[in-house]
Amino acid sequence: MTKFVGVLDLQGAVAEHLIALRNLGVKAVSVKTAEDFDGLDGLIIPGGESTAIGRLIREQGLEEVLRIFYQEGKAIFGTCAGLILCSSDKSHTTEDLRLGFIEMEVERNGFGRQVASFETYLDFLGIDRQVEAVFIRAPYIESVGPNVKVLATVDQKIVAAEQENVLVTAHHPELTEDYAVLTYFLEKIV
Amino acid sequence: MSEKIIGSSRVKRGMAQMQKGGVIMDVVNAEQARIAEAAGAVAVMALERVPSDIRKAGGVARMANPTIVEEVMNAVSIPVMAKARIGHISEARILEAMGVDYIDESEVLTPADEEYHLLKSEYVVPFVCGCRDLGEALRRIGEGASMLRTKGEPGTGNIVEAVRHMRKVNSQINVLTTKSNDELMTFARDIGAPYELVKEVKELGALPVVNFAAGGVATPADAALMMSLGADGVFVGSGIFKSESPEKFARAIVQATTNFENYELLAKLSKDLGEPMKGIEISHLQSQERMQDRGL
Repeated sequence: MTKFVGVLDLQGAVAEHLIALRNLGVKAVSVKTAEDFDGLDGLIIPGGESTAIGRLIREQGLEEVLRIFYQEGKAIFGTCAGLILCSSDKSHTTEDLRLGFIEMEVERNGFGRQVASFETYLDFLGIDRQVEAVFIRAPYIESVGPNVKVLATVDQKIVAAEQENVLVTAHHPELTEDYAVLTYFLEKIV
Repeated sequence: MSEKIIGSSRVKRGMAQMQKGGVIMDVVNAEQARIAEAAGAVAVMALERVPSDIRKAGGVARMANPTIVEEVMNAVSIPVMAKARIGHISEARILEAMGVDYIDESEVLTPADEEYHLLKSEYVVPFVCGCRDLGEALRRIGEGASMLRTKGEPGTGNIVEAVRHMRKVNSQINVLTTKSNDELMTFARDIGAPYELVKEVKELGALPVVNFAAGGVATPADAALMMSLGADGVFVGSGIFKSESPEKFARAIVQATTNFENYELLAKLSKDLGEPMKGIEISHLQSQERMQDRGL
């Protein structure tokens, strides 16, 4: 059966994820409203600005729908801003949304400003070769809970992790044509 | 892990891709920057004056005082952009050294060089530039711009020029995609664009970098219009902080940009906002007051 995956389309690199998913033979749609969640097997929260996306999630009334989607055990993949939004980070102000889908604290812009943004090849647990990885003003994961599996690090900083149905990466798989991490995510959808 | 590569075109263009569907707001101090961030701006542009005040002040408009840029950088966690004069190598290098996230080589400031733009490919920091047509767009990309925007007519609160520039670029791309390969060199010559980039745009059917709307956005409906015309996102200059209630305008323009085809919501967003910035009819501008004619 063809997998059916949505990309949260409030702000950020939405089209890039849709193209990558379609190249992998997945049925992919952009998700803006509660109705758009119908029938999805998985959801990608893309890169963008986490403050902007978080605010728009609330203004579009999507916070509850996202929580139900998560509780139903559907696969969720957060890249960069998506990682921040999926975290349980408590260091932020209450203005900023944190969904708490994966138990971890996050350092936003942890690698510095844009002039320090970089690309590299990354060792990724569960993928038997290095993956192309682009980091843009990327966050890193400061600490993780006991049920979180660490998947990749850069300079001893955690940059990818998973907990049950939730996968997060600090880099942007959608900016490369290396689909290994996206394929790894799609395998979460049974 | 292998070696880290900084300043690659993928890293520089990627930063602009992360801004898509968002609103970048002009601010002149930390307080405005915080209002913009809280309203959901994806970045702020740190300036000494917004474009409509630059028009009023007259004289030479330069890069903002580093004190203002630093104040804004310290106030918010979203990216901070700043403007350098066209061709002003030193202003650009100063902003890069300060760690600004994006530089706008901008016609809003008085050009430092009437002949040459910056060779932007030489910098680690990415650049955005204005364009009015496809030739100008591809010349800027050829110099290394990682992001484009319409020039519009800054500080007028009049959307007509931004519309003209967005339509022009997109219709030229449409024409280009219908050309056969043996026509491309002549097409490149006629629009004054690098041949290799003309070939690339034909293959992609689109620009290889993000293209935002800028120069005249004053209301939520203006932002929605530009998104409908194919803009990847919106810059708002004077439109926020020269309106009657900046917080309301900022939030409404952010929501309008995301929901640009939801007209019932747009109607709701446009209510009770107070007065937008006062606009200027373009034909009332003297030719030397037209910022879009600077740096072609």
